[in-house]
This record gives sequence, structure tokens and C-alpha cells, in this order.
Amino acid sequence: MNRRLLPLAVTIGLFLAMVAFGAIRYDGFLAPQVFLNLLIDNAFLCVVAVGMTFVILSGGIDLSVGAVIALTTMLSAALLNAGWDPFAAMAVVLVFGAAFGALQGFLIQRFNLAPFIVTLAGMFLARGCCYLISTESIPIENATYAAIAQARIPLAPGASLTVGALIALAVVAAAMRVAHATEFGRTVYALGGGESSARLMGLAVDRTKIGVYLLSGCMAALAGIVMTFYMLSGYSLHAVGLELDAIAAVVIGGTLLAGGVGYIAGTLFGVLILGIIQTLIAFDGSLSSWWTRIVVGALLLLFCLLQRLFEGRTPRKT
Amino acid sequence: MADAEIMLRARDISRAFPGVQALAGVDLTLRAGEVHALMGQNGAGKSTLIKILTGVEVPDAGHIELVGQPITPETPVHAQRLGISAVHQESHLLPNLSVAENICAGRYPRRPWSRGGGIDWRETERRASELLASLGLALDVQQLAGGLSAAQQQLAAVARAVGSGARVLILDEPTSSLDADEVQALFELLRRLRAKGVAILFVTHFLDQVYEICDRMTVLRNGKLVGEYECVALDARGLVSAMVGRELAEVEPPASAMADGTGRPPVLTARNLSRRGQLKPTDIEMRAGEVLGLAGLLGSGRTELARLLFALDARDSGEITVDGAPAHLENPADALRLGLAFCPEDRKHSGIVADLSVRENIALALQARMGLGKFLKVAEQRALAEKLVAALGVKTASIETPIGQLSGGNQQKAIIARWLATNPRVLILDEPTRGIDIAAKQELMHEILELARGGTAVLFISAEIDEVVRVSDRIVVMRDRAKAGELPRGAPEDAVYAVIANT
Amino acid sequence: MNRAGLLWPAITLALLLIASAVFNPSFLTLAWRDGHLYGSVIDILNHAAPLMVVSMGMTLVIAVRGLDISVGAVVAIAAVVAALMIGGSYDANGAVASKYPLWLALATALTAAAACGLWNGLLVVKAGMQPIVATLILMVAGRGIAQLLTDGQIITVYYPPYFTIGNGFLLGIPVALWIAALLWLGLQLVLSRTALGLFVRAIGGNPEAARVAGVRAGAIVLCVYTFCGLAAGIAGLIVSSNVKSADANNAGQLFELDAILAVTLGGTALTGGRFNLAGTVLGALIIQTLTSMIYSLGVPSELNLLVKAALVFAVMLLQSAEFRALVARVARGKRAGATP
Repeated sequence: MNRRLLPLAVTIGLFLAMVAFGAIRYDGFLAPQVFLNLLIDNAFLCVVAVGMTFVILSGGIDLSVGAVIALTTMLSAALLNAGWDPFAAMAVVLVFGAAFGALQGFLIQRFNLAPFIVTLAGMFLARGCCYLISTESIPIENATYAAIAQARIPLAPGASLTVGALIALAVVAAAMRVAHATEFGRTVYALGGGESSARLMGLAVDRTKIGVYLLSGCMAALAGIVMTFYMLSGYSLHAVGLELDAIAAVVIGGTLLAGGVGYIAGTLFGVLILGIIQTLIAFDGSLSSWWTRIVVGALLLLFCLLQRLFEGRTPRKT
Repeated sequence: MADAEIMLRARDISRAFPGVQALAGVDLTLRAGEVHALMGQNGAGKSTLIKILTGVEVPDAGHIELVGQPITPETPVHAQRLGISAVHQESHLLPNLSVAENICAGRYPRRPWSRGGGIDWRETERRASELLASLGLALDVQQLAGGLSAAQQQLAAVARAVGSGARVLILDEPTSSLDADEVQALFELLRRLRAKGVAILFVTHFLDQVYEICDRMTVLRNGKLVGEYECVALDARGLVSAMVGRELAEVEPPASAMADGTGRPPVLTARNLSRRGQLKPTDIEMRAGEVLGLAGLLGSGRTELARLLFALDARDSGEITVDGAPAHLENPADALRLGLAFCPEDRKHSGIVADLSVRENIALALQARMGLGKFLKVAEQRALAEKLVAALGVKTASIETPIGQLSGGNQQKAIIARWLATNPRVLILDEPTRGIDIAAKQELMHEILELARGGTAVLFISAEIDEVVRVSDRIVVMRDRAKAGELPRGAPEDAVYAVIANT
Repeated sequence: MNRAGLLWPAITLALLLIASAVFNPSFLTLAWRDGHLYGSVIDILNHAAPLMVVSMGMTLVIAVRGLDISVGAVVAIAAVVAALMIGGSYDANGAVASKYPLWLALATALTAAAACGLWNGLLVVKAGMQPIVATLILMVAGRGIAQLLTDGQIITVYYPPYFTIGNGFLLGIPVALWIAALLWLGLQLVLSRTALGLFVRAIGGNPEAARVAGVRAGAIVLCVYTFCGLAAGIAGLIVSSNVKSADANNAGQLFELDAILAVTLGGTALTGGRFNLAGTVLGALIIQTLTSMIYSLGVPSELNLLVKAALVFAVMLLQSAEFRALVARVARGKRAGATP
């Protein structure tokens, strides 16, 4: 058991090291709200990264999630401003996200297409649809949404969470259970271990392949909803490049990009690490925010090299 | 034993593929509590029969009965549910999941909804441990399958098959990559399964193992059934004779065969060459101007030896010297530089680049040796290709035709041409005459002799023992991944078989 | 080169040009103004040049079964390095001078770009990483590096000689087009007069056969990735020269995706082996013609994305054996007539 948890331990260790670094270097770093803000500001990234984790575990990749998030915000704004009930609107966009993902999954599974290219085209498609709706930002004026956006759930004096952050935590918890205790989740891992072997074992490989993309699309839509709480607008330029951040969070969280190995909990910490990098840079004040990209890139490199070493010991097959 | 329950009866199985009748009216009878060997050489039809039993292929004719009930396995998963499971040479376990999970995948025990639903991992591990214990296997169920050795993965795969209710267990060349201890561990397991009444079909090339573990054997040749025999009733010579289809005369293998009276200088010498699971420590010496034949049955280690000589596979042990000096030989590019050439057995996978033209394929190795710096101009490539195409009789519309469009035999000739173009000092030919018609074979043999006369050392590997015997100056006989003996020029075929059968 | 392979891209391009001419009667007109050729077609050729250059580099990478999604970031890096080294200020005589000699600035930018390519190649060959993973790292970090160098500012270049790369004309034809053409010619020469073309096609066509034949794949693949970086650098110079500035955030945005699309449109399969440089050039022209057509139609340029999406889907499906089998089955079924 122990060796398997090593990548996760490295990730958590890295996070704690960064916390320690910040605590030593900056005053006020250890304030509880600072940590809760990590989750609040990155709640939508967390949700979409969870969906991405499943896709990557199965050996695939989903580049369309950023675009789907943007499209979700646009659709939400359009529906709400047309007078729809907020919860009905949310239901519609969730179904839409799932359907979009399922369509991509179907193309990948049925015609044996490379996930990279299919989801790339999906990204183009979703962004294009955004622009079809509007090229301008659409403000959301719905009272319920505004109320949700303002809501704060107090945990302790001076420490509170937003609805979005709670959704993110709930998603992480649910995903951990699915990954660990359901046949779907185990088939996802099996797919990452070797599709032909998984098939020979009688696992529902085809259904699961489509299922991960359906899940990813649905998570992207949910992340879009969380983003609308955060931004209170629909805009086609939301979440540009977010898919890369999601992938980075997943990899830094200890999941192998080749699939089959990784934990949902790791992704949560990957998101927190991305958040803490930005927090550290903000606290520093003198470093430009461009350093974020460089540090993330360096971490990615480090983790990918580590993964190569890890892979070298347990030989993989397709 | 004759009245033991018949577990599987396949009758009159036939299957044809475009251009070849893979199986014609084959019968196979497996009894409960028996280890049954399936034997045969190239083209015997063993793999087709296995595919039919496991649901990968459907027979054109014939029927299969499992414990008296007619069945038609349609997919591998269907066959498994019927009770027919196969364990292949390459493990089909999932390396990133635990042993317990691999054993129970697809049949996970669940917790009741009242306790939360979901997979019950403790029960999964318990069931797996219990199963392994009942089979006498000491494996850690929590360990990742990828951390197990190849042999252990195989044992776990067998355990999975047993756990899913297999009544017929098919083992497809399970011992090819195992060392002696691991083979014994596997056989221990098979004995236990036999005692439990499982019918085991054991496909192998290793003659010793057949006699060690099997009760009965079925021999196929060219898609037809030669016969079913009890192992105690047919000795090795009879078995070899049945597989190759000829009566073997009683021949005493010549006492000493290493004598070399011609004084040819050794060009390539390998001492203690070995690779785990592929070749036991072997010595071999190739001399200038000599054709060294490598004879043996399928799976005896001939190709493995050739691949190690050419550094296509990394060796575990062994020193190779070229012209008496230790050689740096770690990859094919090194080998090429030292004047070695290797024409592989599997031309589709390791030989041709299908989209490139015949000319380009022929020029490839020579150009690789010349490197990026010096370029073989197209006109020179053309001249070279045309010369070799004519010399070897490659039938092609033009040398610019993509090589993938040529027939198999002509592709083979073109690949040989590629290696001849490098003017090698040592030429290793692995099954160069496979798929080539008689007339072309003669030409090729002639060409080989010419090469040797010109001073090249040739290693000639072929499953056709008569060819090897006819053209070789010396014959090394392989058996069960090791050198079994050496024979001089002019030794009769039966002498080779005698060495193989070890009588 | 495979003649038949150029057929579909050529037809597609021809159709697009005809469609453009239908919508815009003056589309195909060429005039000679200000000492150079002038017309919509020239604009397309000029704007397609950077994409052509990047796509040529990408073609070889894809041919050896690789991929480079960092080219956009490398474009930005090269643009930024050149812009920083040139800048432009008034010297003692009142003329505009560049901080460093022009040749030095260009050489540094191109060296940096090639180094990026080499970095990618090392990750793939020595560290054994999957190409998508290896180049993802530079894609993420590269833009950060470019933005760091410029401190997030857009660097404006004031040095007129630099503008000729992206805006100048030589013998009436845009300099950028000359550069692309020269690069194409150079590649053709190298590929046909040295063993590089043969090795690339062997490595991509059947890596195992190439290994048995003694081809040293590692060095070749390193070269190919380095060249891809260099090509991205050249494109970066053209782009920044064209807009007279270097924008670390936007330069080369989505270039990698356009490049992959151009390569696949041109007939090179993502599975590697046979490649088609001329087809790639046609692919880049197709993409640029589409962009131009959409712009001139008055349709919002964002719809470009939808069209590209449709193109990618179409090309992918056509390249999929399963899809072709399905179409064949359906066609056979229809021809066989009614159901029994």
C-alpha cells in the first residue's frame, strides 16, 4: 500500500512545504481565511480538475473543458436573462455539459479517434458557439444567483466559505467514492492500465470510455455554474487556458498522464498548490504574476520526470 | 484414466482463412483432471484452435461440447463465462491494480446498501487470499500486479481464471520466459489444479516439459490432426517424428562435432551469451567463409540467439569478440558498424517500412551505416537496387513501388537485398526462405553459398532442416533455448533430429 | 512526393478561392502599387507565411510520430527576444538605431527558439516522455518566460529595417513569403539530398524496422524537434515584425492548433511516416483563406473557430479506419437494395 501513496505524499509534502515557506516569510500568511480563499478562488478549477482526473486516469485527455465552462456561463446568462427559473437553468446547462462530453466520448470510442484531437475540435466548437450567442460579456441580474454569490458559510470567526467552495468539496468527496468504490471508477483505472486487458476481464470498457468524457463535460458545466456565482456574468473569454491549469493540477496531484495511477485527493492538493503559488506571489508583491506560469511549468517538469522514474519501475503496456 | 469425465470435446473443427486452410477436421478431447499437451510446428494450426476454443474466432465447421453440452463461444468473455479460460504468454493483468483486484475484477463483492453500498475491499482481499491459499500460492494480495515478476503474474492470472470458475484452463506457451525454478512453481500449481479436476490444455515447444507434466498429447500438423497419444506411450523420437511428418531412422549422433579442419579464422565469437527467459548461456563461433546452420524446432531459441548476436535485444551475460578483439556491441547501429547484418524473421514487424519504395528499403541499412553526413545519391541507390533486384529475382513493377505492395516472398527478398547491400562480413539470416517459392529458394541458397565463398560468415536459420543440412558447413542444433549439440558438414537430417530428441 | 496526396488539399483550396471570388468580385484582382504586388490573394499569402513556416516544422515532428504543442509559446519567446534587443531609439544623428546590431538580435532570437526545440527533443528522446507531455511543459512555462522578459508590457519596435521581415517586399512579393518559400526550398533540398528524409520516413513508418536497420533514431528526432523550434522562431520574427511589436501574451496564440490542422489537412497522418510538405503549405493556405473569407463576409471572425472545428472533425473522421469501414458498410447496404 505504501509505495502507491508515495506520489500523493510528495504532493501533500510539497503543499505543506509551501505553507511553511509562506508562514516563515510573510506575516499573516497563516490566517485561516488565507487558506479558505485558496479553495474559494479556485473552486471552479477544483471541480473541473476532478472531472479531468477521471479522463486522465482512463488514459485520455479533455482539452475542451475551458471552452465548455465559458459556454455554460453564456448559456446560463442567456437563460436567466430570458426569465428562466435559476435551478431549471442550472439543470439544463448540466445536462448540456454532459451531452457535449458524451458526444466527444462517443466519437473517441466508436471511431477510435485520438482524444487530444477530438477534444481540441470540441474546444473550437464550444468557443465558437459562445461567440454565436454573444461576443460581449453578459451580466447576470438574477436575484437568486446574486444571493448565492454573496452567501458566506461561517466556520469560525473571520473564516468562511462560499457556496462554490462547498460545491467543490462535495464534488471531491463524491468523486473519491466513485473512484474507489464503484465498478465505473475501477474500470476507469483498469482502462488506464491496459484497455485490451480490461476488455478481456469482461469490464464494460466501451461504456466507461464514453462515461469519463460525459463526466468531464458535466463537471465542466458545474464548474461553469460555480464560475457564474463568482463572476456574475457570462463571457466567451472566460476560462481561456483553464484546461491547462486543470491538467497541471491533476499532474501535480500525482496522477500519471499516461493513466491508471492517481488519486482524487491528489487533485485537490494540486489545485491548492496552484492556488498557493499565486498567493505566495501576491504576498510577495514584488514578483510579477508571470512567475506563476513559470513555477507551474517547473513543477510540471519535476512531476513528469518523477513519473518517468516511477514508470520505469513498473512497466506499462497498452 | 480412460473413464475420467470428458470435460471438453471438440470434433471436426475446420477453419479457413484467405489462401490457407488453418484447420481441417481436427478433434480435441480434454478430460477432467488431466494436463493435455498441444503440439505442432509452424502452420500446424495450434493458435487457430486456441482462438476457436476461447471465442476469438468462430469455426467454419465442427462442434464443441463442454461437459456434454454443445457450446459456441462467441467472445473471450463469453468463453470465460462458459468456463473456458486462457492464460497467455504475455500477462493480461492490470499492472496498476492490486493482485486482489486483478483476481476479482468484474466480480467485485459489494457491501449492502444499508452499509453504504459500493465495493467491499476487505471481502475482495479475503476472497483473493483464500483463493491463492487454496492453490498454494504465496502472493501478497495488496501488492500491485506490476510489481510481480512475469512468472508471478502468470500464477496470479491462473488464479484469476480458477476464481472465475474455469473448468478448462488453456495455457499458451506459459513457460517461454520462465527460469527453471519458476517452471517448477507453475507445475506445482498445475498439479494442484489437476487434482481438483480442472482440464488443462498446455501449449508448449519444450519437449522436456511435455514429458514432465503432461498426461496426454495431441499433435497437429499442417492443420490436420496427426493423433492423440498418452505421454507414456510415445517417446521423444516418436513425438518429433509425428510433428515433422517423417519416420526418423535410428542414427547415432557423431561423437565429436567441433572439429574444424579448414583453418578458417573466426570472425565473430560469443561466449556465455544469455538472456533471462530467452536463451541459456551459449557459446557460438562464426568463421569467415563458412555457412553455419542453426537448426531446431520452433521455440528452441534460434531467433533469440540471433537477436542477441546482433544486439537487437540486450544480453544479460556474454562477451562478444570480433576478429579476436572485444567488441562494443550494444545496439544494431554498433553491429552494423562492425560489419554485421541481420535479416529478421518477422519482416512485417521488423523488416519492411511499408510506405517506402523498394529502392529506399534496400538502401536503408547501407545509408544508416554511412550516417547523416554522407548521402547515397538517388542515382546510386537506383543502381544498387536494380542490381540486387535482378540478382535476387525480386518481382516488382518498379523499384519505386512501395514495398508494402509486393508479395510476402518478394518483400523477403528485398530485405535480404538490403543487407547484402552493406557488404557484410557476418550475415545472419533468420528464416530467409519462408514464403518463397521453390525456384527462388534455390536461387537464394546459391546466393548464400556464393557469399560464403567470397569470405562472408553466414548464419543460416531455418525450420526446414533439410535446407540447413544441405547448405551448411557446420550445424548447431538448438533445443529448449540452449545449444544441444554440433554436427559437421554432410550430417544426415536424422542426425539432427536425434540430437533434438536427445536419444 | 505523392502527387495524389495533394489532390484533396488543392481542390479544397481552389473551391475556397472560387467561393471567395463569388462573394467578393475583386478578390482575385492583382494590381501593382507602390512598387509591389497588391491584392487580396497577396494578403492571404503574406498572412499565411508565419503559419506555413511553423507548420513545416510541425510536419517533420508529426512524421516521426511526435507532436509539439509549445510552438505558440516559442513564437512569443522569439518575438520578445528580438524586440527587446532591437527596441529602437534615436541616436546622435537623429536616426533610429537599434540597441544591438540587427543580425545579433535576430541570431539570438533564433538561437533561443532552437534551444527551446532542443529542450523538447531532449525530454522526448532522453527522458522518454510522451511528446504531448514534454511539450506541454514549455507551452505552460514558455509564455510565462516571455511575459517575464517583457514584464507584461507590449514591446514596441521602432527600427525600420526590422519591419521589412513582416512588411517589406522584394521584387514585388512580400518578404515573409520569400522567407517561407526559401525555407520550403531549403527543406526540400535537405530532405532529398541528404539521408534525413529517408530516416524520418523510416522512423515514423516503422520504428522497429528502422532500429533493426541500424538507424540512430535518437539523433534524428532531436534534430527534428530543434528544427521545429527554429521554425517557430522564424515565424515569431515575421509576426512581431508585421505588427511592429512583441506581445508576450497574444503572439502565437493557438498557433500550435492551426499548425496541427494545417499538417493534417495537407495529408500527413498523425500516425507518422509519410509526410507531405507541399500539402502542409496548402493546408496553411486553406486555413488563411478561410479566415480571410469569413472576415470579408462580414461574419464575426470568432466563427472561424466553428469552421475550424468542423474541418478538424471532418479530417479526423476521414482518417479513421473505423469510420471509413462504417461508411463502406452503409454504402454497400444501400447498393444491395431493400431489406429482405
